[in-house]
Amino acid sequence: MSDQVELLLQVNGAARRVEAWPLERLLDVLRHGLGLKGTKEGCGEGECGSCVVIMDGKLVVSCLVPALEADGSSITTIEGLGGEAGLDSMQQAFVDEGAAQCGFCTPGMIMAANALCQGGRTMDHASIREGLAGNLCRCTGYMKILAAVRKAGGARP
Amino acid sequence: MGESAPRKDAPAKVTGRAQFVDDLTLPEMLYGVTVRSTVARGRIQRIRFDPAFEWDECVIVRAEDIPGRNVVPLIADDQPCLAGQVVNHAEEPVLLIAHEDRHMAESARRRVKVEYERLPGVYSIDAALRADAGAPFKSYTVAKGNVEEGFRRAKWVVEGEYETGAQEQLYIEPQGVLAVASPREGVTVWGSMQCPYYVQRALAAVFGLPEEMIRVVQCETGGGFGGKEEYPSMIAAHAALLAWKSRRPVKIIYDRAEDIAATTKRHPSRTRHRTGVAPDGTLTAMEIDFTLDGGAYCTLSPVVLSRGTIHAGGPYRCDNVRISSRAVATNHPPHGAFRGFGAPQSIFAMERHMDRIAKTIGMDPAELRRRNFLRQGDTTATGQVIRERVELPALLERALAESRWEEKRRTFAVTNGNGNVRRGMGIAAFMHGAGFTGSGERHLRSQVAVEATAEGKARVLASSCEMGQGSKTVLCQIAAEALGTKLEDVEIAQPDTAEVPDSGPTVASRTSMVVGKLVESAARDLRRTLDQSGLLEGRTFSEACRELVKRRGGFKSWSRYQPPPGQWWDDDRYSGDAYGTYSWAVQVAEVAVDLVTYETSVTAFVSAQEVGRVLNPALAEGQVEGGVAQGIGLALYEKVVYDKGRVVNSQMTNYIMPAPGDLPPIRSIFLETPYEFGPGGAKGLGELPIDGPAPAILNAVEDATGAAVARIPMTPEDLLDALERTHE
Repeated sequence: MSDQVELLLQVNGAARRVEAWPLERLLDVLRHGLGLKGTKEGCGEGECGSCVVIMDGKLVVSCLVPALEADGSSITTIEGLGGEAGLDSMQQAFVDEGAAQCGFCTPGMIMAANALCQGGRTMDHASIREGLAGNLCRCTGYMKILAAVRKAGGARP
Repeated sequence: MGESAPRKDAPAKVTGRAQFVDDLTLPEMLYGVTVRSTVARGRIQRIRFDPAFEWDECVIVRAEDIPGRNVVPLIADDQPCLAGQVVNHAEEPVLLIAHEDRHMAESARRRVKVEYERLPGVYSIDAALRADAGAPFKSYTVAKGNVEEGFRRAKWVVEGEYETGAQEQLYIEPQGVLAVASPREGVTVWGSMQCPYYVQRALAAVFGLPEEMIRVVQCETGGGFGGKEEYPSMIAAHAALLAWKSRRPVKIIYDRAEDIAATTKRHPSRTRHRTGVAPDGTLTAMEIDFTLDGGAYCTLSPVVLSRGTIHAGGPYRCDNVRISSRAVATNHPPHGAFRGFGAPQSIFAMERHMDRIAKTIGMDPAELRRRNFLRQGDTTATGQVIRERVELPALLERALAESRWEEKRRTFAVTNGNGNVRRGMGIAAFMHGAGFTGSGERHLRSQVAVEATAEGKARVLASSCEMGQGSKTVLCQIAAEALGTKLEDVEIAQPDTAEVPDSGPTVASRTSMVVGKLVESAARDLRRTLDQSGLLEGRTFSEACRELVKRRGGFKSWSRYQPPPGQWWDDDRYSGDAYGTYSWAVQVAEVAVDLVTYETSVTAFVSAQEVGRVLNPALAEGQVEGGVAQGIGLALYEKVVYDKGRVVNSQMTNYIMPAPGDLPPIRSIFLETPYEFGPGGAKGLGELPIDGPAPAILNAVEDATGAAVARIPMTPEDLLDALERTHE
């Protein structure tokens, strides 16, 4: 087996060094290497979207990104939202609309919803459904998630 | 109550701070994996360990390492924790391995080769029913009136056969357990589960330890839907056996493929109906034959069968009924609990059959149902007198109005002549019994407590598990109302058998109604104590609680289940009050069928239900919307494909559940008739909404295309076949 490599990442605004196997998944680097457990693994094959994070401004399924490919990148995870001030507007909308049930898909859903709403676009339900096509939720039937995304999306500058 | 109080668990869930089992680690922890059978039935000949692998870095557990009984105890103690000489289904656990490196544990698993002498297996209901296949796990007969006499009075006798496939629960969080274990300290497990006390009982048997030496803690649970009712006992036993042998903490987390292939699914079913119908459309006789594929071990099949049997006749009045049912053994991995628990299977058959009757006699399907609905004072198939007002006629009218039934059917009759899309409307009407069946709640004797805390809160103690349905919030709302205080003054303990009493399993739409009633009564006791001791005079509720704890060194009020007065049930004759009460619903589906691709999409959905008083409208809507979504999956998308007893599509890429774009707007309507014996008048809700979508959708497809499909899931290929048959 090859040796571990040292990666340098910007994670939620802070520079982090972490050891990883070259073909280890970004998901494992985040959860095991950095202890950021908010990013979830639901399927391990890029289908459910529970593990999505923002990498260099783009939404990625972290279970399909090899660690080496993430070296030098800037990453935002669910832990990077809101901060001391409280919840960001999407997180607050998920609370207000009852869009989180079991909560396992929720971090990924919120990351994807935030990426979708960048630039403050107001969207109808059809375009939100299309925009969240990569994120599966088994609890809600998506109705309350759509309501939350619409509310937060509309509230953005 | 009656307000959409925000969820207690929402802030932790939207920030990613909620702790699921895979988020936990302990020092020195090992990772456990399971070596599973690759054949559905066979005798184990030998087990080969790849000599090139460093096996001394691993801990290995086999059946002979089990300190207590090699069984996952449930109804019949027939399921081993690890296979001994024989395997009876594919993916049956044979051997356990733990390693401190996750990747090496997986690598080790692949380097074990188990050789089998293959034995012939049984892979269908038909094969299982052949005389030589052995006895079913369970069978029931429900009889009322005189069926032969009923058929003599009939103008029409309508027959039909209906089938449903297996369905995977597909909670987004895969199953997992973390365990520590030693002979001196006993066993402690943390896991994703619905029934901590089931796990405790299983571990006590497997380790031969008294129950007080077994501690079970529920972690945040990422969806259950029944899939985490019985199977966590198996995983907990495995993790704990590895921990027992290694003397180190062991965590087992299933990956998705293992979870889909190995854990329980909804029972496949076949139902045959023969129904006598009078000239005015009323039902004169119902003869129903209902069979479930139980899989290789008994697990919960007898009770799933029971619920399916009792619901098989639908919400209809009929004086002459005979229902025969059985759960048969096959060599599929055991089927188990899934939201609805047998009822969606038999209700699919009943509600498709009602449309077949309507077509046969030339009556509108809504009118046929309206004429046959159970009414207050009628008896069900088990002889239960319906004592409450039945809101089905009002639910039907609301559902028809909201879905614009008449108008759309007229429009579609015209537009369906053009282009490649056919549109149609379909109905399903049904009821769902809340709580355990028959004498089940009496045997459970559930218990809860509400305590005053030194921090000045009231704290609910129950083993009922939050798994997304909102039980933490609802139970706190019930307690707050009974205590006459604010929701902020009430908290609820995380289920931990060392701390909470056994309020029963988190199943059967029983948590709000049955456990909630116990919470209400225990909370009222605490309130009475505060009132009688005068502690509330000049103090806030919180100060009064603190003072109570200070004076008495802690205070808990307890309550235990008492059946509603007058409820009777005869286990031997299978008659009586099958459930304390029923929830009722009418659903309408609107579909579009593409005649080029044969894809069906549900374009609108209305669910009207009467569930007693609604305790939290937002949570209740969430239950309906989620249940309908799973029902749409059951109808159109979710197909488990077996090859000689092995699931071959065990990934989210080839087992398809509804994504955001696959679902229509779901409109839920609640009619509220308070139930005398529910907390604040509430009845059960969780399972009800998954009973109706599949028949409503297939009824709508028939309305759109004329194709009478009698099996779910209905894939585009199935529809193509059915349309070709229709046009022949």
